[in-house]
Amino acid sequence: MSAREMVLARVRRALADVPREETPDQVPVVRDYLASHSPADPVGMLAEHLADYRALVHHTDEAGLPALIGGLLTARGARSVVVPQGLPAAWTAVDGVRQVPDTAELTAAELDAVDSVVTGCAVAIAETGTIVLDGGPAQGRRRITLVPDHHVVVVRAPEQVVDSVGQALPRLVPGRPLTWISGPSATSDIELDRVEGVHGPRTLEVVLVRG
Amino acid sequence: MPPFPRAAKDAVGDTTLRGNLRHATHTIRDKRAAAVAELPDWDRLRAAGAAIKDRTLRHLDHYLEQLEASVTAAGGIVHWAADAAEANRIVTDLVRETGEREVIKVKSMATQEIGLNEALEAAGIRANETDLAELIVQLGDDLPSHILVPAIHRNRGEIRDIFTEKMARWGRAAPEGLTDSPAELAEAARLHLREKFLRARVGISGANFMVAETGTLVVVESEGNGRMCLTLPETLISVVGIEKVIPSWQDLEVFLQTLPRSSTAERMNPYTSMWTGTTDGDGPRVFHLVLLDNGRTDTLADEVGRQALRCIRCSACLNVCPVYERAGGHAYGSPYPGPIGAILTPQLRGTASELDASLPYASSLCGACYEVCPVAIDIPEVLVHLRERVVQGGPVTVRGTRTRIRPAKGHAAERAALRAATWALDRPGALRAGQRLAGRARRLVPRRRLLGPGRAWTASRDVPAVPAEPFRDWWQRRTREAGGE
Repeated sequence: MSAREMVLARVRRALADVPREETPDQVPVVRDYLASHSPADPVGMLAEHLADYRALVHHTDEAGLPALIGGLLTARGARSVVVPQGLPAAWTAVDGVRQVPDTAELTAAELDAVDSVVTGCAVAIAETGTIVLDGGPAQGRRRITLVPDHHVVVVRAPEQVVDSVGQALPRLVPGRPLTWISGPSATSDIELDRVEGVHGPRTLEVVLVRG
Repeated sequence: MPPFPRAAKDAVGDTTLRGNLRHATHTIRDKRAAAVAELPDWDRLRAAGAAIKDRTLRHLDHYLEQLEASVTAAGGIVHWAADAAEANRIVTDLVRETGEREVIKVKSMATQEIGLNEALEAAGIRANETDLAELIVQLGDDLPSHILVPAIHRNRGEIRDIFTEKMARWGRAAPEGLTDSPAELAEAARLHLREKFLRARVGISGANFMVAETGTLVVVESEGNGRMCLTLPETLISVVGIEKVIPSWQDLEVFLQTLPRSSTAERMNPYTSMWTGTTDGDGPRVFHLVLLDNGRTDTLADEVGRQALRCIRCSACLNVCPVYERAGGHAYGSPYPGPIGAILTPQLRGTASELDASLPYASSLCGACYEVCPVAIDIPEVLVHLRERVVQGGPVTVRGTRTRIRPAKGHAAERAALRAATWALDRPGALRAGQRLAGRARRLVPRRRLLGPGRAWTASRDVPAVPAEPFRDWWQRRTREAGGE
């Protein structure tokens, strides 16, 4: 007997108490929890909760976006920036900053030598202070927001902002690789003191663009 | 491993360890209470989480087959392992096929449970732990002592010494003049591990959830080491217990709210990765999923003990447990310490060894663990159920076969005492006579320690004082006197 058949046979024997005619849907799951904890101002809450976990939050409008991103890269002293496909060229056109396109050939070691990355996102969750990337336009592959030490992410508010985890999931496609980011990389493994940036970007800057 | 009371004895006397543990558990438990209090529907989320897990467990065969089909359709390769040896063999062969001699690992309870690192080492493959706490444990030739923060028993000074002494042996050495500040220690780990991340071609992980409907695997973490292992290598091998499956994509809305708040006391952990099979041009080109039984189906067969499989490994029960706080994680002799370990380990491994038979007793039955559990596992109920099994024996399932076990050794006195108590409680006359006799002979009862079979019981307890007069006599006398007024 293969291991597969053995494990499945064991499961079925173990469930001798479950009536044979019972279907999974007949086991009740009551979903009377709240769909949202109804923040009056989701964008404000998103900003607040991101800041709680030490992300740096900036506000601007469409016209001010390129100047703001340029300023963030310059202030950081970035000399190179990874640019995912679909990111508007104007966002990262900064004097003295080399553009590194996100391509399949870009190795992890090459990425390690890049200073910053700028991306958009798929959706952001106010209650948890979370930004979700799904590899779609302006977001690139998972590694580009992981290896460089500085991540600037642009969130369109209010259209990309939802209240809750429950509202975010239906807006995402499970088949895509998803990365949920809540504040910069952090550890609390040493006496539970929080330290930012063990392996992922040490600095997460979130730009909220009001339309 | 010695049984729990003996293993715990050293820990209880170690003041550094107790200080480290007390600081850590109290810090997390206070923060957790605040994070949970933010959600007014916490009790409903908790009930839904328990119900989703019960639905899954009652139809586990259905969901496992659905999961297998979804993962396969998304380009993954599914393997099944009935026990630890089989899982280790599968993973070792898969690594060998890549020609690599080194792998990077995401912190994973399942691979701890099966001893994967040791099995790989025996095959000449070095498994590098990349979670900061797991790295501290691995470099220190130590064992994890907590589900969430495995190095909770170490303070910053001890960690500095481990890094300074051991890092050079396995790669980049610790920086000169390393101090014990957490930021500097984390930086040393970053530098040490980064060269491993950048050259690794095989990653090994577990998973927090597997969605049957979509074939999606989910890993929640904080540091980004998980993301490194899940996305940079060419081959990814995930070893996951069969109980980690959940039915639908929507179900994540419950667990992604309850898990982070319950474990790290955050609204959300810094990073969550979700992947479904493989994606062209992004992440590993080859994805293997090893579905692990290793005692889970035996646990499933027990209608009372089955609820332990709901566990989402948040570790909230450890942080509130007065026994864990004093004994530390190592005394439990298993990757699963604390209250959940006390019910999970003796079910996964059976109660044949002295250690495993002692675990259901590693509790005061105070119930704090049940109260904090985000999937409402009634840990005290299962503890009592397992104590009964240890003392009386009875029907259990061992490696898929229904069998009867005999009472565990060393519980003869307990069994005799309970039998005597049953006899006496069924006979009020005998009970009254016995109580009166005890009252009259109470000067003969030793003050601190009993002799004979009761000796072990009083090793950590005082002998209760025997009253001069039985309660029922006192009550009758009181009623008589009151009536006579």
